[in-house]
Amino acid sequence: MKTTEHVLNAIRKHAEATYPEECCGFLLGKAGTVNEGVRIHRVPNRQQTNRERRYTITPEDYRAADQDARDHDQDIVGFYHSHPDHPAKPSPTDLEEATFPGYTYIIVSVHNGEAGAITAWRLAADRSQFHQEQLTTTRSLSSQ
Amino acid sequence: MESQKTSSVKIRIPTPLRSYTNDQSTVAVGGATVEEALQSLTQAYPALEPHLYHENGELRSFVNIYLGDDDIRYLNGPDTELPDDAELSIVPSIAGG
Ligand SMILES: [Zn+2]
Repeated sequence: MKTTEHVLNAIRKHAEATYPEECCGFLLGKAGTVNEGVRIHRVPNRQQTNRERRYTITPEDYRAADQDARDHDQDIVGFYHSHPDHPAKPSPTDLEEATFPGYTYIIVSVHNGEAGAITAWRLAADRSQFHQEQLTTTRSLSSQ
Repeated sequence: MESQKTSSVKIRIPTPLRSYTNDQSTVAVGGATVEEALQSLTQAYPALEPHLYHENGELRSFVNIYLGDDDIRYLNGPDTELPDDAELSIVPSIAGG
């Protein structure tokens, strides 16, 4: 994914605000072989229990994010969530619950309330694993 | 016996799945019910199937189908009858740990 420091900082800020619970949200921008993440769309973690270890985004939240994206001529290009006191790597649950290949999944690790490593992943076409994606930042994006 | 009416249906495709539908954001299919419309879709674009369905043929649990603004679970499920010019959307719910 190609994105901006501004977007990554917004994700870090969200992750620190919900610590020790997981945060989650959408990445909006332009879809492609390399997705462009122009901005985030925050959503509450709809998980009823165990929000320290699980996150859930409802279809209604997806529809609202999709409308937000389309209103700005953008696409939903992926999602982000945090791993409180765990490394920024997809968990077995992340793989079990993975949606479609082509979305970028950003994971930010938070240690003692402070955001650390931030990584990007994409589900393999055969759905068997996540492959790490390069996460590059530029000052501005063509689709911005 | 009267033959069952086949409606023309538009299905909205989530961005990453458009690589399996020749980059089309909506696909027009025929079908009298939601199930028939989805069958027409995966027949036309078989590469979509493993991402929407389990190997046993069940819709994956994160895949929600909307008719207009309504989740078909709260209508008549896959048997929901489609009016002409119906719009279906494939809406994922997202979760993880
Ligand atoms: Zn995770």
